[in-house]
Amino acid sequence: MTTTQTQERPGLRAGNTPGSLEKAKARRDRRTYTALLIPAILGLLVSFVLPLAYMIRMSFNHGEADGVIIEGFTLDSYIQPLSDPFYWKVTLDTFQMGVVVGVVCVALSYPITLFLARTTSKYKSALLAIAIAPLLTSAVVRTYGWMVILGSNGLVNSSLEALGLISAPLKLTNNMLGVQIGLVEISMPYAILAMISGFGRLNPQLEEAAGSLGASKFQIFTKVTLPLTLPGVLTGFLMVFVLSISTFITPTLLGGGSVQVLATEIYDQTTGLLNWPFAAALSVILLVLFGAVVAVYQRLTKKLGG
Amino acid sequence: MNEAPLFKPKFKIGKPLFGILVFILYVFLLAPLLVVVVTSFSSNQYLSFPPQGFTLKWYEVLPDESIFVNGMQVSLIVAVSVTLITLAIGVPAALALERFEFKGKGAVLSLFLSPLLVPSIVLALGLVLILSPLRLTNTYEGIIIGHVAITFPFVVRTTMMSLATTDTSCEAAARILGAGPWTVFRRITLPIIQPGVIAGGVIAFIVSFDEAVISLFVAQSGLPTLPVQVLRYVENSADAAVAALSVILILISLVVVVIVERVMGLRKAL
Repeated sequence: MTTTQTQERPGLRAGNTPGSLEKAKARRDRRTYTALLIPAILGLLVSFVLPLAYMIRMSFNHGEADGVIIEGFTLDSYIQPLSDPFYWKVTLDTFQMGVVVGVVCVALSYPITLFLARTTSKYKSALLAIAIAPLLTSAVVRTYGWMVILGSNGLVNSSLEALGLISAPLKLTNNMLGVQIGLVEISMPYAILAMISGFGRLNPQLEEAAGSLGASKFQIFTKVTLPLTLPGVLTGFLMVFVLSISTFITPTLLGGGSVQVLATEIYDQTTGLLNWPFAAALSVILLVLFGAVVAVYQRLTKKLGG
Repeated sequence: MNEAPLFKPKFKIGKPLFGILVFILYVFLLAPLLVVVVTSFSSNQYLSFPPQGFTLKWYEVLPDESIFVNGMQVSLIVAVSVTLITLAIGVPAALALERFEFKGKGAVLSLFLSPLLVPSIVLALGLVLILSPLRLTNTYEGIIIGHVAITFPFVVRTTMMSLATTDTSCEAAARILGAGPWTVFRRITLPIIQPGVIAGGVIAFIVSFDEAVISLFVAQSGLPTLPVQVLRYVENSADAAVAALSVILILISLVVVVIVERVMGLRKAL
């Protein structure tokens, strides 16, 4: 065995000490992967790490509404929103919106995902692609579509009026309801994508077994299907929650200025009032909300047996 | 005997109902896109349903609309630059992560994928704060820098995926036969990872092309991209003119979807 090794490594015969070839290779490898990684690390440093770090630093400055920033280390920008009932309401509304949109979106995405996981249709991959393709279309365009559907002369109101069901148009835009409807649909592809990989655990034989043992369809669903798909459902919910609490476009357009969430507040503070430390503090609050939910989620998935 | 599912009859009543439910949900999912397409051919001056007649006038006026021409120009310059930069830094990074073993690999990978986890509004604010003292807001450079962060994870992921599924023996064989690292990359690795690079590239393109929040923050008073133009337009007036413009955006997305689905599958790539 040793002879074959020396034959394979002619370098040993050339007088190199054992291991020096490996060392040389390791050195060469290190040079290669470092060179390959450096551009990317620099790129992310400039475009991602530094902006976030600078934003966090900015949140500890003192800011005034006309763009004056007093450098220093103060919690003013945090105390201000945390002591103002208006910002408590904005934060709570944001949280509530995330929960409502998350629950409804997962409930509506569940049947589609279940269908996609089970179907043996030859169009399966096309149907899957159609379900997640809207993810690659502009959120602005899809929100605009919802304005057309929900507006006072929109699809829903004119249909209901034509049917004689309502006499005055329902108010479906420029309020939280419209924002939530739009967000549910816009988040659906993300929910489906997040859930479908978790649905791999779904084994039709288990459902068949339960059925042959006399379980009703409802029992099969609550005792077999739902528990098996629960981790996927949780992932889907988390995904939709974090997406919807941070989204800006849909609350701006469908909310029509009357829906205030953290994202719209951050924009107003940044561009309108120019209070950058305050906007930065609101962003940090949003990130903390984000992180808290992700942490709870990780706890939960561990409990569920991962 | 084994092939006949034991409880098949139980599904007989539920199945069509479930099918109808899934169909309705698909309609809901695609409703806004379908409605935009219908509106773009509607002769109604204001946003209303149902359309009173069919017209192509919204498309005919597009080439003369300055918001369309300028927005398209800005968006294309940004998206093409972002795609090239992200590929140039993302493909080597994916190679390093898939083909080498080193300490801290997990941390590097988490760093590379983390832009997907940070809300774009938070990143947008950070970019404004750091770019404005450098006088880079309202410049192409500013928007491009922001977009590189959010498109980078897609390129790394798709490239790593095609690297992971390939056999490294061809590369080893080429090396033993005396090919230099660059030749190995160009002649062996690149053709193998082509699907991942193409998928990552077109996803980077469309994510940048459709991005509105970072573009809005970074270029508030100049260089509005097409989605920002649409956003501003829709915010102020809701007439049908912008529907035709939106259809163009949908069509570009559709091309990207078809390419990604063909080269590696949409589900895998996203």
